[in-house]
Amino acid sequence: MSITYLEAIREAQAHALRDDSRVFIYGQDVGAFGGAFKATKNLAKEYPGRVIDAPISEDAMMGLAVGAAIEGMRPIIEMQFADFSTVGFNQIVNQAATLFWRTNVPCPITVRLPFGGTSGSGPFHSQSLETIYAHYPGLVVMTPATVEDAYSMLLEAVAIDDPVIFCEHKFLYYHLKAEKLPSEALPVGKARIAREGRDLTIVAYSAMVHEALEAATELVAEGWEIEVVDLRTVKPLDTDTVMASVARTGRLLCVGEAWPWGGVTAEVIARVASEGFGLLDVPPQRLNAKDTPIPYHPNLWTAHRPTARAVAAAARKLLRL
Amino acid sequence: MLQTVLNPDPVSDAVSVRDRHLTAYRYMLLARLLDEKFASLYRAGKIHGGVFIARGQEALSVSIGLSLKKSDVFAPLIRDTAGRLAFGETVIDAVRTYLGSTLGPMRGRDGNVHRGRPREGYLPMISHLGAMISVVNGTLFARRLKGVTGMVGATCIGDGGTATGAFHEALNQAAIEKLPLVLIIANNHYAYSTPNDREFACRDLTDRAVGYGAEAQSVDGTDLSACLKVVGGAVARARAGNGPQMVVATLLRLCGHGEHDTADYVDPKLKNSPVGRDCLKVAEEFLFRQKWTDAGELAALRGEIVREIEAAVAQVQREPVPDPFTEDWLAISSRHLSETHVETNPA
Repeated sequence: MSITYLEAIREAQAHALRDDSRVFIYGQDVGAFGGAFKATKNLAKEYPGRVIDAPISEDAMMGLAVGAAIEGMRPIIEMQFADFSTVGFNQIVNQAATLFWRTNVPCPITVRLPFGGTSGSGPFHSQSLETIYAHYPGLVVMTPATVEDAYSMLLEAVAIDDPVIFCEHKFLYYHLKAEKLPSEALPVGKARIAREGRDLTIVAYSAMVHEALEAATELVAEGWEIEVVDLRTVKPLDTDTVMASVARTGRLLCVGEAWPWGGVTAEVIARVASEGFGLLDVPPQRLNAKDTPIPYHPNLWTAHRPTARAVAAAARKLLRL
Repeated sequence: MLQTVLNPDPVSDAVSVRDRHLTAYRYMLLARLLDEKFASLYRAGKIHGGVFIARGQEALSVSIGLSLKKSDVFAPLIRDTAGRLAFGETVIDAVRTYLGSTLGPMRGRDGNVHRGRPREGYLPMISHLGAMISVVNGTLFARRLKGVTGMVGATCIGDGGTATGAFHEALNQAAIEKLPLVLIIANNHYAYSTPNDREFACRDLTDRAVGYGAEAQSVDGTDLSACLKVVGGAVARARAGNGPQMVVATLLRLCGHGEHDTADYVDPKLKNSPVGRDCLKVAEEFLFRQKWTDAGELAALRGEIVREIEAAVAQVQREPVPDPFTEDWLAISSRHLSETHVETNPA
């Protein structure tokens, strides 16, 4: 018996609906159809009236969530694809993210963003938007990389009194599997050492953790021991764990699937450079997607986003410095 | 004698009609004088940022404030001083927000018309037009999930705000869910400086409701009696389960967009037309014609209101303002999830 990343997300929502009558799910096709990715499969039947189809109106979906949160509910909003959340961007960053600070009334909303690239999905079904949401004060941004984290962090997202942007990677939906759901988890906001090493720290999150781990495995044959840090949440960003790892290795490579300009990887490097400059033996490096829209054809797509091979190449370069 | 108990139900007999008008007039005058005080404080340099007043829109605004119950939801917009007060906002809350007192609901973190008490169903607007409608939808949706019945949620917008995508998405959403939403549109003919013919091409803004399956009424926004009747009717229909209701009022903003704006773009022909009448004056004349009050009573009322406003301003001017050194600078309520990284070393 194994459970996929996607099933873990469904199970976490079932768990939240079962345990908390304030929880409801609102999004396009989430009802009887069970969602575009089936993340809400059968939930409308199991929890009548609480898993509700929304019109194609991301702005109004988010506005409704804010109103419901004010009334003490805990809405889960499913954006069909992270890319479409930009239509609801105003309500997320200006309404949900400012409410607590302005009024002292918390705004517990979970916005699920199926994000990241899958082959053939093209410019509008592949985006990674964690950076742009992390930029705004008032939001927590989660980027689980494992089945266990997808489950436990989604439960945590619903329990938190603040708006959470829950970035669930579509590439991990089906192929990532675990034996069972976790009974305990690292606290949200803490990064995890996904693999211990002594020569180089690779900081990654979400799907890039797996590319980094694969690269680390590849580099073992060449005698390198790579440490991989999984950020888990990009906001708050666990600078301490990153810094402690860099203190051990003296080298830092930061990998993200989002675009390069001012991204999460830039933030990590800025923090390490300003707070831990003396820990670095060589200049820190980063690896991101290319600075173009996300291409459709697999030949272009695999070259656009960082892959294990690209991560290994960047790591080799850094290790030779 | 003019301070009557709010009666949220549709008026039936002559006494309640009289009381309702007198109550409405009192809030209109209070709003007008409070706005004038803010404008004067602005000119004296006592207010940070802009001042946005509602001169000419009081009759419409007070009608929605008075038609709601305290247990309803209200998301006012920029020109709803009267509606806010009639819904239950205190003068001191308004003054504290404009002057940035930490004792006010916004604690100096937000100002002017961006004020509210969400826990009391009084939602604080953001500046992005149309954005409050779906938030009202959400409060009604949540209350329905909780089994609450008989509630109404109202929100206000201008002619320009009807051109936003948020407006369309939210009205469509309210109609799909058959929510008891009342949408008050003040067509004051100018979105800041932009006239109607650059904002919409439909014959009338009420036409918009038809496309969504919502009901719509027009009203002369300068006529208090008409506003009380039409807005009150819309609220009653929403409460009775007839789905979203739209009211489009025709009027003219008798001031600039903000106090910084001289509004010389306003067509003089409009100013001199019935649309340009001052609703406060029209209401006053109506009260006199009905012999429900007289000039002496209104002068006394004015004096009483001025004293109330002056007392509030005097009090708030002695209140604490925000201190950046004691501010926690934390935008989320989950303290354990705050960012620990310090941008620069203060040492």
